[in-house]
Amino acid sequence: MFASCADPSQLEGLSWLLCYLTSGKHMLFYGSFFVVLALMLITAPVALAFGFAGALAARSPVAPLRWLGKGYTAMVRGVPDIVFFLFVPVALDQGLEYLRHLWKCPPTGEPVWANGEFNVCAAAKLPLSTSPQIWHEAYGFTLAVVAFSIVFGAFAANVLFGAMNAVPRAQLETAEAYGMTPRQVSRRILIPQMWTYALPGLSNLWMILIKATPLLFLLGVEDIVYWARELGSTKSQIYAYPHPDWRVWYFLGLLCFYLAMTRVSEVVLGRLTTRLSRGQATMAGEAQRKLAGEAGA
Amino acid sequence: MSCTEIIADYGLRSLGIGERLLPRSDFTLCHQFTLIGSGLIWNIYFGVLALAFGFFLATGLALAKAAEAPLIRKPAEWFIFVFRGSPLFIQFFLAYEALVMLPRAGINIFGLTVQTNWVTSAWAGALFVLFLNTAAYSAEIFYGALRSVPKGDIEAADAYGLTGWNKFRRVLWPTMLRLAWPAYTNEAIFLFHATTLVFFSGFPAYQQRGDALYYAKFFADKTFNPFIPYPIAAFYFICVTLALIGLFGVVNRRLNRHLPQAHRPRLRIRPQIIR
Repeated sequence: MFASCADPSQLEGLSWLLCYLTSGKHMLFYGSFFVVLALMLITAPVALAFGFAGALAARSPVAPLRWLGKGYTAMVRGVPDIVFFLFVPVALDQGLEYLRHLWKCPPTGEPVWANGEFNVCAAAKLPLSTSPQIWHEAYGFTLAVVAFSIVFGAFAANVLFGAMNAVPRAQLETAEAYGMTPRQVSRRILIPQMWTYALPGLSNLWMILIKATPLLFLLGVEDIVYWARELGSTKSQIYAYPHPDWRVWYFLGLLCFYLAMTRVSEVVLGRLTTRLSRGQATMAGEAQRKLAGEAGA
Repeated sequence: MSCTEIIADYGLRSLGIGERLLPRSDFTLCHQFTLIGSGLIWNIYFGVLALAFGFFLATGLALAKAAEAPLIRKPAEWFIFVFRGSPLFIQFFLAYEALVMLPRAGINIFGLTVQTNWVTSAWAGALFVLFLNTAAYSAEIFYGALRSVPKGDIEAADAYGLTGWNKFRRVLWPTMLRLAWPAYTNEAIFLFHATTLVFFSGFPAYQQRGDALYYAKFFADKTFNPFIPYPIAAFYFICVTLALIGLFGVVNRRLNRHLPQAHRPRLRIRPQIIR
């Protein structure tokens, strides 16, 4: 990166460290932090949408839809999320390739899953083996996002279902007494009012999402854990920057990164909670009202 | 090969008893059920021991966090923050890399050589991380419960002249446990789920002795068919979860036995609300 870094073997001390930390591989390492942030920022809204749909389906008066919603919310109870993280990407990949197999390949008459192999013709592969590397990486990342969204969507559905049930019954009855239809009650009262009850659960989910991101490594995405292992391992003299096993320092860095993320999120979510409990018929809202009353008097 | 033979060969494979080589072809349902079930022994080992040891450390940490002296309070707060604020996956990696750095030959303390090579194996190293991790999460739960012990209970204890250890043992501790128990049940369930991470996070599976998910992934990789092994693993974990809820429910009933029937809280799973 810097002109002075042209010959690392001549460098010493701080200038060596500076050149080492700005090498090409390290730039990729810093870039992978954005992969993690991108995963969180994409997953959070998608999972919230999944959860919202799941919670509404679980409350639906139509029985099959209700069973679907209940099944989705119950999915994460009792089964470790890691099982889903390992299962969903592979299952989705094979499912898509199977569909493309039916559509694109000439019929061979042989089963797709046989003898410990998954056989689809080359035209059905996703992405095609001829496509550039970037597509393979993007495809892997997309599968990871889908897996995260499904799992966290189920968690969010649990939280939102609980929050919808926590909205005081009297508020909904008042709306009904005004002659609103069930749809109007949902849209005008239930959904705006539920957020204050959902927020503790959702902020908890956000924390869990942050702490689940290193699992990207298990899905084969080149994330921060991958680069920490790669860069930290012992580099012999044939490398430009030889050094002993430094993985423990890299992981210590990752630990600090996550602690900082958690701390910042805690502060931001704390403020959001204060904002959302304003004027609510809850203990937090009541405390705010009293405080404002004292200040005014 | 009949299913009984397979169970005899692979039923304790995760402990290194029985057939040495894993099956190479002709993976039957029986193979998958047996090996994944054999791996579950490790999940139960990690879960039970980490919970048992973690319970005591958590009680101590909760009391320390509730203490007034900053010298006691601050370390407990930091411990809880570090372990709750960072991913378990990273904690495993960090602990493994740190343990590997210990001298191979052992540490010499006053002429006694302490062997160190065993600490990097999963049964010790991963258990230690899980123990600290669950202690931090449980401590936060216990701390919250300790803060919500009714004022009247404490005043009643004072009125009876109870102080110090007696007051804690007879009044504070049982009430704290009673209040914390539903949340603690959740923590126990998710600790069991977290044990599946061990063999994916640096700790090597010595001679392919792994946990349930390790074998499930083994089968999924070998057969290219994820639709059988993962549901089997899921089935086993649902069974463990139900057993846990049953077990913790018994304790819950005992903790609440002095309360009138209608007031007794019931246990239910609230996925990932605490952890």
